[in-house]
Amino acid sequence: MKVTLRYPKRQVEIAGKRRVKDLLRELDVLPETVLVIRGSELLTGDTVVGEDDEIELRPVISGGSPA
Amino acid sequence: MKCRKCGDAAALELRRHNAAFCSPHFLEFFQKQVREAIRHYRMFPPDTPVLVAVSGGKDSLALWDVLIQEGYETAGLYLDLGIFEYSVESKAKCETFAAARGQKLIVERVVEAVGAPIPEVQKVTRRPTCSACGLSKRYLMNRAALEHGYRVVATGHNLDDEAATLFGSVLHWQMDALPRQSPMLDSTHPKLVRRVKPLYRLSERETAAYAFLRGIDYIVEECPFARGATSLEHKEILNRMEAASPGAKHNFLFGFLDKARPAFQQAQDVTLTECVRCGQVTTGELCAFCKLSEQVRRRTGG
Repeated sequence: MKVTLRYPKRQVEIAGKRRVKDLLRELDVLPETVLVIRGSELLTGDTVVGEDDEIELRPVISGGSPA
Repeated sequence: MKCRKCGDAAALELRRHNAAFCSPHFLEFFQKQVREAIRHYRMFPPDTPVLVAVSGGKDSLALWDVLIQEGYETAGLYLDLGIFEYSVESKAKCETFAAARGQKLIVERVVEAVGAPIPEVQKVTRRPTCSACGLSKRYLMNRAALEHGYRVVATGHNLDDEAATLFGSVLHWQMDALPRQSPMLDSTHPKLVRRVKPLYRLSERETAAYAFLRGIDYIVEECPFARGATSLEHKEILNRMEAASPGAKHNFLFGFLDKARPAFQQAQDVTLTECVRCGQVTTGELCAFCKLSEQVRRRTGG
C-alpha cells in the first residue's frame, strides 16, 4: 500500500495487510496526532488495510503563538 | 468498530470517551460539545453577533462552520501576518470559506499596524516569533472587534491547545497566567471585548475530523515559524501520556478549570488604564503592542 506522510511530505510503500493501529505503530506515529484517511473516509484503528490501498496520515497538531 | 449510536461502521474512535461514532453521529457529537461549551460558560446569548478569528486552519474554520450551523450571526476576522506563501494560502482559504457561505470576512494587515510583517518583527526585535505574533494577534483582535462593533471574539483554541498552555504555565508556575487561562475571558474594561473558546471541550484530532467530514478546505501545512515551538513539544508529551492513559489531557485541563483555577483566581491588584498612544487598554502608560511597534519602526526606519 502507499502511505502519504507529511512534514516533510513523502510517500512510503508498505507490503502486506495489517490493521491501521499496527501500521501507525510500525511508522512510530501516535494515533492522537493524525487522521487516517482513505479516499473520502476516515479509518479507525481496527480497520484492515491492504495492498491496493492509498492511505494518507494527515497530522492534526498545530502549534505556535497563543492568541 | 461500530458507531455507539446506530451500530454502523465508525469513522472515528474517541478513546477518552470510550466511544466510536459514524460520520453523521460524530458531527452531531461535535456540535453538542460546542453547544455545551457555550452554555456552560455563558459565552454569548443567541442574538449576539460573534467575530470569529480565523487563520485558515482546521480549528478556526471548524468553529466558524459550527457557529453558522447553529444559527449565530457571525463575521470572520483574518489577520494577515505577512508570513510569505503561508499567509497568502491561508488567507485564500478563509476568503473561499466566507464566500461559499455568504459570510463577511474582515482582513487586518499586521504590516500596517506594527510596521513590519511578522518575519521582520522577529529579526529586528530578536523576540521569539510566536511571542511577537501572539501579542500582535491579541491586540489586533480586540481593536478590530471594537472598530466593527463586536463585543465577543471567538477563537479556535481546542482541548490540546489549552492543555499544552496549562502544562507550560504549570511547569514554570506562572502565577499571572494561571488565573487568566479560561474558556471565557470576560470584558473587564469598556475597551476590552470578551474572548471565548467554544472548542475547548474538543481535541485537535476531533476538530480535524470535523473539518474533513464537513468538506472544509483548510490549510494543512503548519506555520513555518511553529517548527520547534515549545507548545508543540508540550503537545507531544501530553499525547504520549494520552496514548498510555486515554483521557489524561481532558482530566488535566478540566480538573484545573473545575478545581484548581478558583484557587489561583485571587483578586489581582491590577489597575487598567488606556495607552497614551493608541488608547487601547493596558496596565502601564504605553501598551505592549505600541512598545513593540515603536521598536520595529525605530529599527526598520519605518
